Amino acid sequence: MTADNLAASSARPTDRAVSLESSSPRYAEKAIFAFLAFCGILSVGVTTAIVVSLLMPTIDFFRQVTVEQFFLDTVWAPRQATGRFGVWPVVVGTLNIVVWALAVAIPVGLASAIYLSEYASHRTRRIIKPILEVLAGIPTVAIGLFAFFALNPAARMAFPFLDWSGIFSVGVAGVAVGLMTVPLVASISDDAMRAVPRSLREGAYGLGANKLKVSLRVVFPAAISGITASIVLAGSRAVGETMVVYIAAGRTPNLTFDPTQSVQTMTAYIAGTATGDIPTGTLDYDTIFAVGTLLFVMTLVLNIFAIRLVRRFREAYD
Amino acid sequence: MAGSPMMPTTGRTQLAASGARAVTARSLQASSRGDQVRGAFFLSLLLLGIGIALLSLAAIIIWSLVEGLPRLDTSLITNGPSSVRPQEAGFRTALIGSIMVVGGVIGLVVPVGVGAAIYLEEYADRERWWNRLIELNIQNLAGVPSIVFGILGLAFIVRGPLSLGFVAAAGSLTLTLLVLPTVIIAAREAIRAVPPSIREGSLALGATRWQTVRRQVLPAALPGVLTGIILAVARATGEAAPLLLVGAVTFVTSNPSFFEGAYSTLPVQIFNYSNRPQADFRVLAMAGVILMLGLVLAMNAFAVWLRNRFEQSW
Repeated sequence: MTADNLAASSARPTDRAVSLESSSPRYAEKAIFAFLAFCGILSVGVTTAIVVSLLMPTIDFFRQVTVEQFFLDTVWAPRQATGRFGVWPVVVGTLNIVVWALAVAIPVGLASAIYLSEYASHRTRRIIKPILEVLAGIPTVAIGLFAFFALNPAARMAFPFLDWSGIFSVGVAGVAVGLMTVPLVASISDDAMRAVPRSLREGAYGLGANKLKVSLRVVFPAAISGITASIVLAGSRAVGETMVVYIAAGRTPNLTFDPTQSVQTMTAYIAGTATGDIPTGTLDYDTIFAVGTLLFVMTLVLNIFAIRLVRRFREAYD
Repeated sequence: MAGSPMMPTTGRTQLAASGARAVTARSLQASSRGDQVRGAFFLSLLLLGIGIALLSLAAIIIWSLVEGLPRLDTSLITNGPSSVRPQEAGFRTALIGSIMVVGGVIGLVVPVGVGAAIYLEEYADRERWWNRLIELNIQNLAGVPSIVFGILGLAFIVRGPLSLGFVAAAGSLTLTLLVLPTVIIAAREAIRAVPPSIREGSLALGATRWQTVRRQVLPAALPGVLTGIILAVARATGEAAPLLLVGAVTFVTSNPSFFEGAYSTLPVQIFNYSNRPQADFRVLAMAGVILMLGLVLAMNAFAVWLRNRFEQSW
């Protein structure tokens, strides 16, 4: 025994008497850890599976259709004998929905958030917030039918001077999607505004500001990253929404910004074409995946942007 | 003053006091007439906004009730679907399909979702890049459109590696993947809210890591975890888009089975009926909507109540 060893063992005299090491190998603990880690890794597996299953047919698709045909043509008629694959009509259809949805979700959602965070009493808040959450839980099929059978006729009556040629309307579908995303905007913006420290508000009141000024010029700017995140997420939700637009916005690809017209969105194209047993490996099958890839990339960019913004407001005042 | 409690004096004092109060209040608040008007206008805009949100919720529910009420009877649940007789058609096979699909979702998403949440909160080392990757990945997955999960289901579950075919099990698996992030995120938040002192106390008494999780952390986090699970199940019950791609659109007249044969679910069957031109089918679809709203909103309300009831601050 060297002197060093001797010194080390005498420095920890209890080592030999009571060991703090586990008395058994605890295989069950290790097995449980392995299972839990597997559950965590599974989610990465799901993403990988999504990317792989989207990319493989998309590569096949671009072997048959050129990138120019996909991004530079303006006619979308993939199922016809002389197929045209210009993706813009379905992309613009989706953008239409996003614009109308945000036109509703931003004012209504932010008004709700400012009211809940700055004006409502504790009691009112405790009642209204859960009700808004219930609105978030309404199945999209129900909202789609409401848009098509109730909102659409109502819009025709309210604006008879517009040219309502078909039975579908992208504007009405977009408004319905917007109503659907109101709870999302309200809830995240409310959280962001409530995360603004009291001292900022009190400082402003102390300087003689009234409630309106405190809400709009102090709390709102301080919470702006969270508020932006909520709007970006609502946009992402509108891009990906399927049933409402499939039911109420129609199924005809149409490069237009007229709210009274029917359009086909990317999601509606996928839902309409993939319904039914189309054979693997055909161009029809591959087209679904090409549009799906574009949809996935669009929402992914929006989501990553939103996640970054949310992180910023979480860190700012913690 | 204190020695003369006579009425006139008291009255005069009160008058003076209230006058002084008004003057003080006025000079302290110093809000001009314009400011007051602007404030009131702003508040009324806020109330209008929240009014629109609440009214649209009420409108959807009331409108569904009015439209679907004529067909809201027991034959709605007991009769199978029909493409020619809307007056007698019902949702029996679709309901059974929904119960199977959602049952499968519960069976899969509870262990995997809660397991992943426990791993991330209790075991994972945040400093490691792979754990941060898992976290970011789950946040992203929560924002992936539901129809993309349908594509995944079509390419990976119905065909491809799993090749289950267009059966209820494929729908179940697809929806499980869709709601998995919801469960993980809610369960993580609930687990994170349990204070470290409880874990430390348990570990100090000699409990192993898993014993601590199993007997201390999970019971304390249970209401939050349950809330997440119920919200996820409600979402799976009402979801239609991804199921369109994994085979739920077929018109199923006989009761489905989990691993073979065609199936449909309640929201998809509603969509199917609403697509038909006859007015009777529309009423039938709306009666289905009442059924679906009843189920989904009851679950949502229960989840929200559960969270508010057992929300505890440590």
